[in-house]
Amino acid sequence: MVVGETEIQNVALYRRMRLLRRFEEMAGDLVRGGEIQSAVHEYTGQEAVAVGVCAALGPDDVITSTHRGHGHILAKGGDPALMLAELLGRETGYNKGRGGSMHIADIDLGIYGANGIVGAGAPMACGAAFMFKTMAERHVAAPFFGDGAMNQGVLLESFNLAVMLHLPVVFVCENNGYAVTTPIGEVLKGSILERAAGFGLAVEVVDGMDVRAVRAAADRAVKRARDGGGPSFLECETCRFSVHNVSAGPAWPDERAEDEREEARARDPIERLARQLIEEGRWTADDRARVDAEVESELEGGLGFARNSRRPDPDSAYDFMYARPYAGLPARGTDG
Amino acid sequence: MSRALNYVDAIREALFQAMEADPSVFMIGENMRAGIRPESRGLYQQFGDDRVIDMPISEAAFTGFATGAALAGGRVIVEFQVSSLIYPAFDQLVNQAAKLPYMLGGQRFLPVTYLIMGAGAGGGRAGQHSDNPYPYFLHAGIKSVFPTTPADAKSLMLAAIAEDDPVAVFAPVGVYGTKGPVPEEPVLAPLGRGVVRRPGADVTVVAGGPHALQAVALAENLKDEGISVEVWDPLSLLPLDKAGLEASVNKTGRLVIFDDSNRTCGFAAEIAGLAAERCFHALKAPIKRVTRADVVIPYSAPIETEVLATVDRLEAAVRAVMG
Repeated sequence: MVVGETEIQNVALYRRMRLLRRFEEMAGDLVRGGEIQSAVHEYTGQEAVAVGVCAALGPDDVITSTHRGHGHILAKGGDPALMLAELLGRETGYNKGRGGSMHIADIDLGIYGANGIVGAGAPMACGAAFMFKTMAERHVAAPFFGDGAMNQGVLLESFNLAVMLHLPVVFVCENNGYAVTTPIGEVLKGSILERAAGFGLAVEVVDGMDVRAVRAAADRAVKRARDGGGPSFLECETCRFSVHNVSAGPAWPDERAEDEREEARARDPIERLARQLIEEGRWTADDRARVDAEVESELEGGLGFARNSRRPDPDSAYDFMYARPYAGLPARGTDG
Repeated sequence: MSRALNYVDAIREALFQAMEADPSVFMIGENMRAGIRPESRGLYQQFGDDRVIDMPISEAAFTGFATGAALAGGRVIVEFQVSSLIYPAFDQLVNQAAKLPYMLGGQRFLPVTYLIMGAGAGGGRAGQHSDNPYPYFLHAGIKSVFPTTPADAKSLMLAAIAEDDPVAVFAPVGVYGTKGPVPEEPVLAPLGRGVVRRPGADVTVVAGGPHALQAVALAENLKDEGISVEVWDPLSLLPLDKAGLEASVNKTGRLVIFDDSNRTCGFAAEIAGLAAERCFHALKAPIKRVTRADVVIPYSAPIETEVLATVDRLEAAVRAVMG
């Protein structure tokens, strides 16, 4: 098959989504097997959002992420080996074993971190965008957050701040329909889109299970921000396949009825793109199998790297609290 | 060259000099453009709207904004006009900025200064404008300073801005009206260094801000009675000059802590704990704390005075430890 630019882009989108999916499935297994000592919030089902948005971003653009952050980090170019090392608590991990699932970050790649507090990353994205604007750099900041965050004051404050300062920000709302287990309609009145529009943001809603549609919408929003057109808001309607989080203990009950879950799986963004590529004659089942094998091999390599890495030395627990430590700072638990 | 400056003017001079010296420094806060705040008056006119930015009344968002800007290479000063305005921003302070560099495994640090004006009680400002909230910051591991004199205000403000970590500068409302010699040059004070405000032999009083000045005045009054009071001012609350504290308490053998933050788990409790661990065998009397009561600061004068750390109570405590 002759591989043109469009094919490369389409295959890259597929490959990235497949990486996100298989990474999360692997992480879930590692949790259940006890190798990851805490819970993870699986991103399965929502891959088209992270991959579609990040495909519109460049290496110097910035994202902030959420508690369900693995997908955003991988989509922005995060290294699965360093992520797995972090999840396994190794010193080679992204955060040197100090963060775990909810705090993975790679500042050099513009990944300002997953975050354990809903909505908390948005003002940081605004601060980065302000720096880009004042330094006359054409970079963009894209904070990801869920539908539940639309009730968080700091996010709404950030909308206002971004409009007021005309910042190059693309707010990405991943509406998966649930604020943890509460159907969003029960706790959010009015409309998400109208709420954002009320701040003066340019708004658009897109099918978050269609990576090409997300990418196209993100391209428009990012171009607008880069060209000095100001902030915008992209609502991506999506579904998460997993329960809220996966931990080694008793399984978190799924708040959704079986038919609702089946309906969500029928919209699987990865299968959808794979099907489209075959229907359009852009690739064959063999091409897909080859990409899938590459993803498996990358993840297996990453897991091997993580497992073979050392855990941090207990004495290093005091490092990185401060750029500049002082005598007795940080204090240890027995210091006088 | 020094000349006399008012306390708040000393802060303003530090802001001007820091922004002149380093183009990556910028300041965010409220009501700066209008020039109603003496600490920031004229900054906007001098440095323009890329570097002096009036924020909406959104403390949580603008605190997080500073964190993000610092990650992207800025050096940011965030002003809170009144100390209690930190509370709407609490998550962004203690759960984000204070933790992020560590959680990042040191990928970046955060050169952010929180200028917290109006700290402490000051005549009828009541429950929501009278706090000395530094114990929350110390608990969260945020470097914090509490400058007492105009010279301290300038040198510690400059030091805070130069630090690559978040530093809170608490400006106590009780010393706003004071005037003192301040060097014209930008001289930085080291963090983690306390000062003996007045030397003495019999009892150490630990106090900062207006309470240090009151303790010095009390020490002068007690001199004629043969009670020699040493006043030790920590200046830097985190890092704390534990060696300086220890030297003073070991010398006098008696300790009274005079601190206008809440009693339970307050700053005085930490000082008392350190002195008990470090100086137990030098102590000739039990340690005493003179602090705020654990109640909301009330409005009306008689009941406000009742709950604050007053110099009368300090005097009684000093006499008590002298036996």
